[in-house]
Amino acid sequence: MLKQCEGSQAVAEAIGLCRPQVICAYPITPQTHIVEGLGSLVKSGTLANCEYINVESEFAAMSVAIGASAAGARAYTATASQGILYMAEAVYNAGGLGLPIVMTVGNRSIGAPINIWNDHTDSMALRDAGWIQLFAEDNQEAVDLHIQAFKLAEALSVPVMVCMDGFILTHAYERVDIPTQEQVDQFLPPYEPRQVVDPDDPVTIGAMVGPEAFMEVRYLAHAKQLQALELIPELAAEFKQKFGRDSGGLIRTYRADDAETIVVGLGSVNGTIKDVVDDMRNDGVKIGGVSICSFRPFPTAELNKALGKAKRIITIEKSLSVGIGGNVSHNLRMALPDRNTTVYTVIAGLGGRPITRASLKKVFKSALDGALEPVSFLDLNLPVVERQLERERLARRTGPAAEAILRDMNAAPATAR
Amino acid sequence: MSDNYRRFLRTAQLPHVWCPGCGDGMIVKALLEAIGELNLDQNKIAVVSGIGCSGRTPFILDFNTMHTTHGRALAFATGIKLANPELRVFAIMGDGDASAIGGNHFIHACRRNLDITALVFNNGIYGLTGGQLAPTTPVGKRSTTSTMGSIEQPFDLVRLALGAGAGFVARTTSFDHKRLTSSIKRAILHKGFSFVDILTSCPTYFGRMNDVAEPYDMVHYLRDTSSPLHDCTCGETDQPKAEVMPTGIFREEERADYEALYKQKIAAACGKRSVS
Repeated sequence: MLKQCEGSQAVAEAIGLCRPQVICAYPITPQTHIVEGLGSLVKSGTLANCEYINVESEFAAMSVAIGASAAGARAYTATASQGILYMAEAVYNAGGLGLPIVMTVGNRSIGAPINIWNDHTDSMALRDAGWIQLFAEDNQEAVDLHIQAFKLAEALSVPVMVCMDGFILTHAYERVDIPTQEQVDQFLPPYEPRQVVDPDDPVTIGAMVGPEAFMEVRYLAHAKQLQALELIPELAAEFKQKFGRDSGGLIRTYRADDAETIVVGLGSVNGTIKDVVDDMRNDGVKIGGVSICSFRPFPTAELNKALGKAKRIITIEKSLSVGIGGNVSHNLRMALPDRNTTVYTVIAGLGGRPITRASLKKVFKSALDGALEPVSFLDLNLPVVERQLERERLARRTGPAAEAILRDMNAAPATAR
Repeated sequence: MSDNYRRFLRTAQLPHVWCPGCGDGMIVKALLEAIGELNLDQNKIAVVSGIGCSGRTPFILDFNTMHTTHGRALAFATGIKLANPELRVFAIMGDGDASAIGGNHFIHACRRNLDITALVFNNGIYGLTGGQLAPTTPVGKRSTTSTMGSIEQPFDLVRLALGAGAGFVARTTSFDHKRLTSSIKRAILHKGFSFVDILTSCPTYFGRMNDVAEPYDMVHYLRDTSSPLHDCTCGETDQPKAEVMPTGIFREEERADYEALYKQKIAAACGKRSVS
């Protein structure tokens, strides 16, 4: 059914249609509306046969989800930012145990300095935890990816993280087609656990493994991700057949076939990238876009096919691997055996800084002119940083950097929650 | 004494973020008045907060302040106090902050007995994120994640602190300004870990979800659900009535604090070394 609603509400309804049996809720902005929406669905009886528990922290949220999943239930939770870092130990645990939990991450920056706005630092911090990571481009895709995520997770016994940009998607009202219960039931069968705590057939989940077998168990997680490279496109095709629209898959290309310059991004920024591509195409520039939907597993072969002929690649990255630059470009080079392809890393939108069409166009033109640095920072106010470095050169006790920079910019600290 | 608190405010950071009718501002005023009345050295005060509505307190205070991560105020405060025992250290926490995500730090701070004053701004709900169930939400009260009323037994933070071994334990409310200020003063004067559970009002979320949306009604709610037992010394074993929270000083017993014991150990160790 078509409706105009908030992204979080749409996702809550989609999760509800997937019939989770245990939902663990802990509030953290900007994810909270999702679990609130699910709370309402449980209350109204729309989501029956579901235990909804308010836990005491994100660490508890993931731990309870692990317990629920190990007991044979379809388990779901959602988090963001500091929340995913706090549950990191349990996130790795779920990955290593191969429990098919689905978790939404309402992508938000990581402090310090504390900031509630969108970037991808949180998901990127847990990219190696043995979870599949899917990034939604808009709210329709967020809905559709969650439905696919449960099927994917349970088919492989691997947990799946569905990442959607905080505020930009979670709080945006868009037109979304919410499938019917019947459609989802036809796509997603009841959960059949591969391993379960069952008194009739006792097992040990989480056995101690020494050097003799640890590599093998870890490699298994990798092998599952390689299987996911096959399964994700199959599920997207099945989804298209049953629901009538393209959603998910490993990557999506946009006007990239003859493009000499290809811009790569994750999540909602691809909408802006496409607008700029259209604009520059009108000016005769051979430019295109590639949206990475599956960041884990990383679709090396598909990216090689899509990017192999391009002269230059520009990655727009909403996370900073401090000390080197990009996470996405770093991975992307694995897909490009031809080392002559120029890959530009553009760090953009950290802590919610708007990524505007004007700024993107400027940076793309600069790449076309060969003037762009290998690693650059979109709309960075460099003089402010230079002045702080100068203050630190001149005096020892310069105090907290964030406060000094705010004072320098004559800006008041952010007050929104 | 009414103006004795203004000098501790960073007025450039005002207005604060709290909603109309929120009790947090009144608690901060009481804290500042207590500090002023005790003539504490402004430069030797460190205020640490976690995350939540209460977490915004340090922004407007002209002390050494630190805004930390959710639930960790007491852990950061422990580090500050260990590194510089001369500082008067305050940990300001919300109820979810102190007893859910940071509950572990809370009980260990109580038993460890560093000379820190912990204040919990207890509004029975997660306010900053929009009104979710907290471990202090009373049974039957609604939140956005317990829309039919909570079925969970809430924490009685006073009994928790008593059980965990805190030397000074008090409870008061944000509307009872004089008792609030005097409780904080006594907490500050207590040598060792001191804890004040401050019941406060959140008309925006707790109120709207529970039919007390008007700030005035919310104050009445606090009055009606708490029972002043000032200087009550029998609270440890008394079972509070489910709907009424007793307020007062529940324990005020000094024992050697962590710093004193630590120094004794050092002295003993040095003594042994000099003998040998």
